[in-house]
Amino acid sequence: MSVLSVRNLEAFYGAIKALRGVSIDVEQGEIVAILGANGAGKTTLMKTIAGLMDPGKGSITFLGEEIAGVDPARLVARGISLVPEGREVFPYLTVEENLRLGAFTRKGGAQDDLDLVYGYFPILQERRRQAAGFLSGGQQQMLAIGRGLMARPKLMMLDEPSLGLSPLLTTEIFEIIARLNAEQGVTMLLVEQNAHIALETAHKGYVLEMGRIMMSGPTERLKASEDIQEFYLGRTEATERGQKRWKRRKTWR
Amino acid sequence: MELLQLAVGGLANGCIYGLVALGFVMIYKASEGVNFAQGDMMMLGAFVALGLGNGDHLGLPFVLAVPLAMAVMFCVGWGVERVVVRRIFGQPQFALVILTIAMGFVFRFVAGAVFGYTPLVMETPYGGQNLNLGGVVIGYADLIAIAVTIVLTVALWAFFAFTRIGLAAQAASQNQLAAYIVGVPVMRVNSLIWGLSGAVATVAGVLYASRGAIDPNIGLLGIKAFAAAVIGGLGSLPGALLGGLIVGLVEPIAGRYAPGEVAQMSPYILMLVVLLTRPSGLISQVQMKKV
Repeated sequence: MSVLSVRNLEAFYGAIKALRGVSIDVEQGEIVAILGANGAGKTTLMKTIAGLMDPGKGSITFLGEEIAGVDPARLVARGISLVPEGREVFPYLTVEENLRLGAFTRKGGAQDDLDLVYGYFPILQERRRQAAGFLSGGQQQMLAIGRGLMARPKLMMLDEPSLGLSPLLTTEIFEIIARLNAEQGVTMLLVEQNAHIALETAHKGYVLEMGRIMMSGPTERLKASEDIQEFYLGRTEATERGQKRWKRRKTWR
Repeated sequence: MELLQLAVGGLANGCIYGLVALGFVMIYKASEGVNFAQGDMMMLGAFVALGLGNGDHLGLPFVLAVPLAMAVMFCVGWGVERVVVRRIFGQPQFALVILTIAMGFVFRFVAGAVFGYTPLVMETPYGGQNLNLGGVVIGYADLIAIAVTIVLTVALWAFFAFTRIGLAAQAASQNQLAAYIVGVPVMRVNSLIWGLSGAVATVAGVLYASRGAIDPNIGLLGIKAFAAAVIGGLGSLPGALLGGLIVGLVEPIAGRYAPGEVAQMSPYILMLVVLLTRPSGLISQVQMKKV
């Protein structure tokens, strides 16, 4: 049984259709990446799955149960946790309070989970008494991921973890994401603009454009695709005249 | 000596402004709008307590009437959020402003219809008794106003700092989206905050009523308390209290030493000065978002 299965999902901002019938599947233990340019609908897709936006049409099934339109607080309790775009930490609360809020829907102690998070992100333990607003961007991203982990998610959704981070920090964050997946068995759905690192980390990928899935498959196959190489990985192809060819068309259009 | 006498009275007054201002700030942080009915909630709270406690009404003992009135006003605040404010969630801010101004009128007319417009005096066990400290005469009502404000402030602070729900309320006011994401029931927390500010307003109302007569128009004091909240920095609980104390202290002193109507204007002059020199208030929470 797949962890998450989205079928023909449509979502609107007012009259504007942001998702035009998206279907994706996430299997147990996988990292699934969603690639796409600005405005492709990636964040909308994440928000709709997390219950922050109401789906217009279509179905979202999580562990065999329909969850379209369910209250976000319920979804967290059921095991979906979102690491939102732009971190969104609680700026005046301490690092530790931020983490403890991640376990808000679970009654009882969260000490084990705190230790787990501190194990992966030692810098957070060092700064656990500091207000989260004073952390650097990378540390805030680690805090957001840690906060997501605190809910003991069955599915973790990461919305652009590399946003605003240096290439070095991006690599570090993605290494930890891969380790969390391998060691803790956390299933992940990942949205990323940095296609290079996303395709390195993920097992399976979808390409979202203008609110539609244009391509999907195991990351090896995506990496091998001419179109992905040209438009997402930025490979420049030397032609006979020794310069990049102007305006290549995507073959999937 | 005279100054000290004025200061004690001013401090007690300031505590009441401070408590109403606390209500403004709590709701500002929860619903991201100003509840201009806060002063009228104070008035209504005072009248509910009076209706429960006074001999010619229900005649409950004072120590029972006040908590009961707080409970009633908690429900009123909760209900207002649940039934009305939630409907306009996501509308422009001024929708809430107009709505609460209208609600203030409703509260005023309800109180007027039930209790009439002639000033009424609340029966309290400590009414009219004074303490003479070497020339400075302090009313018990003033002392109790100050003491209760301190206790209530500490209690509120402990609630927000140490309880699970308090932490969730802080989270919801700092970053609503993130609060939803971690599973805080933001709407229910907001209702709770409205209820709490109703209860706090009741305490302010009872303190006010024990220092003088009340009529349905005392809710206009809310405007002064709003000035206090702005002086302190709208969005900061300690700031609200500080602003209230400052306004309370400046008023009687300006009334004594400055000509004519200056006392009436002093809170607003102060507000103007603060807004011109420190636009975010005396104690401000300035936030910079890193991207």
